[in-house]
Amino acid sequence: MNIPSSIATLLVGILLTVVSVWYGQNHGLLPVQASEEASLIDGLFNLMMTIGTGLFLIVQGTLIYSLFKFRRRPDDDTDGPYIEGNIPLEILWTSIPAVIVLIIAVYSFDVYTQIGGLDPMNHSAMAHGQGTQQVAQRPGAAIAAPLPDDGDNASGTRSPEVAAEAMQDPATAAVRDESVPQQNDSSAMGSTAPRIGPTPDKAGQPPAYVINATGLQFAWLFTYPDTGIVAGELHVPVGQEILLNISANDVLHAFWVPEYRLKQDAIPGRQTELRFTPSKVGEYPVICAELCGAYHGVMKTKVIAQTQADFDAWLKEQQVASNPDQLNEAIATAEQSPAQFLAPFVHGLGIDAQVIQQLHPEHMHASAS
Amino acid sequence: MTQTFQEEAVHAPAHGSPADSKREWRKYFSFSTDHKVIGIQYLVTSFIFYLVGGFLATLVRTELATPQSDFVSPDLYNGLFTVHATVMIFLWIVPAATGAFGNYLIPLLIGTRDMAFPKLNAVAFWLIPPGGILLMSSFFFGAPGSGWTSYPPLSLIYNKIGEVIWILSVLILGTSSILGAVNFIVTILMMRAPGMTLNRMPLFCWSMLAASCLILIGTPVLAGALILLSFDLLIGTAFFNPTGGGDPVVYQHMFWFYSHPAVYIMILPVFGLISEILPVHSRKPIFGYKAIAYSSFAISFLGLIVWAHHMFTSGTPPWLRMFFMINTMIIAVPTGIKVFSWLATIWGGKLRLNSAMLFAMGFISMFVIGGISGVMVASVPFDIHVHDTYFIVAHLHYVLFGGSVFGLYAGIYHWFPKMSGRMMNETLGKVHFILTLVGFNLCFLPMHKLGLEGMNRRVAEYDPKFATLNLVVSIGAYILAVSTFPFLFNVVWSIFKGEKAPSNPWGGLTFEWQTFSPPPHENFSIDPVLLIEPYEYGTEEAKEIIKAGPFLATTVGAKV
Repeated sequence: MNIPSSIATLLVGILLTVVSVWYGQNHGLLPVQASEEASLIDGLFNLMMTIGTGLFLIVQGTLIYSLFKFRRRPDDDTDGPYIEGNIPLEILWTSIPAVIVLIIAVYSFDVYTQIGGLDPMNHSAMAHGQGTQQVAQRPGAAIAAPLPDDGDNASGTRSPEVAAEAMQDPATAAVRDESVPQQNDSSAMGSTAPRIGPTPDKAGQPPAYVINATGLQFAWLFTYPDTGIVAGELHVPVGQEILLNISANDVLHAFWVPEYRLKQDAIPGRQTELRFTPSKVGEYPVICAELCGAYHGVMKTKVIAQTQADFDAWLKEQQVASNPDQLNEAIATAEQSPAQFLAPFVHGLGIDAQVIQQLHPEHMHASAS
Repeated sequence: MTQTFQEEAVHAPAHGSPADSKREWRKYFSFSTDHKVIGIQYLVTSFIFYLVGGFLATLVRTELATPQSDFVSPDLYNGLFTVHATVMIFLWIVPAATGAFGNYLIPLLIGTRDMAFPKLNAVAFWLIPPGGILLMSSFFFGAPGSGWTSYPPLSLIYNKIGEVIWILSVLILGTSSILGAVNFIVTILMMRAPGMTLNRMPLFCWSMLAASCLILIGTPVLAGALILLSFDLLIGTAFFNPTGGGDPVVYQHMFWFYSHPAVYIMILPVFGLISEILPVHSRKPIFGYKAIAYSSFAISFLGLIVWAHHMFTSGTPPWLRMFFMINTMIIAVPTGIKVFSWLATIWGGKLRLNSAMLFAMGFISMFVIGGISGVMVASVPFDIHVHDTYFIVAHLHYVLFGGSVFGLYAGIYHWFPKMSGRMMNETLGKVHFILTLVGFNLCFLPMHKLGLEGMNRRVAEYDPKFATLNLVVSIGAYILAVSTFPFLFNVVWSIFKGEKAPSNPWGGLTFEWQTFSPPPHENFSIDPVLLIEPYEYGTEEAKEIIKAGPFLATTVGAKV
């Protein structure tokens, strides 16, 4: 067997390793990391990229080298060397990939646990039950009684129960299709709602915010329980753990934010969950990632990750806007006569405030004064 | 005596005089029970559907050349990608890899006259054209638009007539596949020539055996899923329909229980073809025969317990995702064994770089890229990000096109002389190879980045930030389309005007090279007996056998 000189092989091996390690960390292929989970997943991908690059270079290198080095000379009609196998070599190239695959599997398992995939400690009952400390964080939130805890095969993890709880919020009930019967999750498996659950450091604690996401052809509707808010875009505060309670009204959809690296199918008749912590302020696309019909490609919206202050302000604004009784109060906040109120707006128009007030019907200001 | 035989070899009776050709072509349109005729029927039919599927792909890529949905209606677009995938899987790769090469080669490789069930064989083939025509007819009624995966509830409400046609057509094509698999298993196990133990049979037979087991176990489950889907569609049952209390996720499990093994059905026979082609053109034995043979069965077995890796973001509980992740990762090991064995076969050989060998080496090159992205998507946390994105489209095309199609092309170039009695033009072959390699990589490599950056799949419209890469991809697709022309011209021209092929143009050692090109009706004039194992290149014995020409290598005591 022709084995090239040891020095050459060693140098090639070193070069290959250096290139692979470098490219694995500098591939520039992924978008910005905007959730705490994203950095964990990217670390895993970088390792896989390093290994993949190394393997790619070895295989392509061998092929290209062989293409030139072992080309049949035109006048040579003889056969090559009679080599049928080499047991030590075969053992080597069986065990090395096995070890590599083992490393990737273990690392993947670890990342999965760290992003809350396995969720062994937390029951959905605790997530959906609310302790007293929740009230301050969620303006206007009613305190719902925690669902009874049946031990490890917890209730509150089944789709019907989760769906029922979501439907307690009138805004959610308005957008979700209640005629779709909710499937039970399999009883023998513990907490089984298809989900990404809380990260282990937050296991056992309820999330900071629960938001219900409903997919329908061809839009997402986000409802914030007990606030009356229905929004087409997802607003979240940075640094707080969000629980997204996902369902669909008609066909399969999937909620995906590439910058969060998180995706979960929305299944009519089932409740699914994503729990994550946004880490970066900004606007990121929310993309439907399951074929849902002719307009699947335009079923898109945004997640707007804001500072806590901005998010609270948005919440307040939205609550006011969605509450018709509060509408008039929200508009006329100043204790002024209509003329005084209108004064800034007539500047430059060349009209008197008095004139405008006369034009504007008196009765509309009845509740404002 | 030798002289006479060799003269006879050149003036073989098959594709000789024009008078013969006038009668002979009819058999390819008949209910022939000759496995060689059936094999060619499969090959030509499936290749025609490859061109149809490829045409649909160019329409898809034309839409995707710009970010807006402005080329075809959204409905038609969904139909285009749905039928594209269905055609490529059920009408091109499965019939070509199993039906065409399986049928043509197996009796020849094991030294027998025909398959175990010749009439069943013909029935299996003749299910393909009606199944295919039925599927294509769906465009007249509103093509099915729920993807080749056809997930309910969408498939229960969208373009229902097209969907029913799709279901019926896949049921027909699946039946054809099952009938073929029965034939392959019985033939390989029961009809090998004396002296050919399982460990001395050509590796293509091992891979066909492994693939056939998958077909038998998996395809009936797909039939079940589709029949239940059609009940939901047609008679109002609610197996998968959530409004009736059904569960869409159960459909996914049933569908993928077949469709994952389906990808191994599409690649294992091609692995076998590569294992046949590389030794012949490297003039070296296959490296690690037993490892390659048994790893086919390892892949086959493991392939049955990985299906839910297509459902990592669906309605699957966390423990299930981990279970399937581990099994999927394990499959990388037997696959890696094969790749390294092939590299070791080439290494140190005397490579004849003809079109067959170029495509075979190209296969290894491209398939490995698909294998690497495959191990990546096996990892659940990563797959959560890339599932249903263009990263998956990139992965699947690297293994199915870079793998299966490159391998099928290698097989066509390698066995064309045997099948037709003519040599193909090598220059055109090399042009075809270069165009395919360039077009393929231009088309599918950027898709990895597109998926990672956030482009989802099965869309007609996308974010304008992806516009440049998509344009590059579409140009690659057009180059791929153009690449078929030198190949088609080569095939047609060579059949009529190609140089006459000797019985053993490549100096091969397996039985098919020890008979005329094309073989006579019953393949061999005397029933062969195995005298030399299939990959003994480099031995004195091999030299003698190749020099001796047809018949003599395969008859007991017939040395003259």
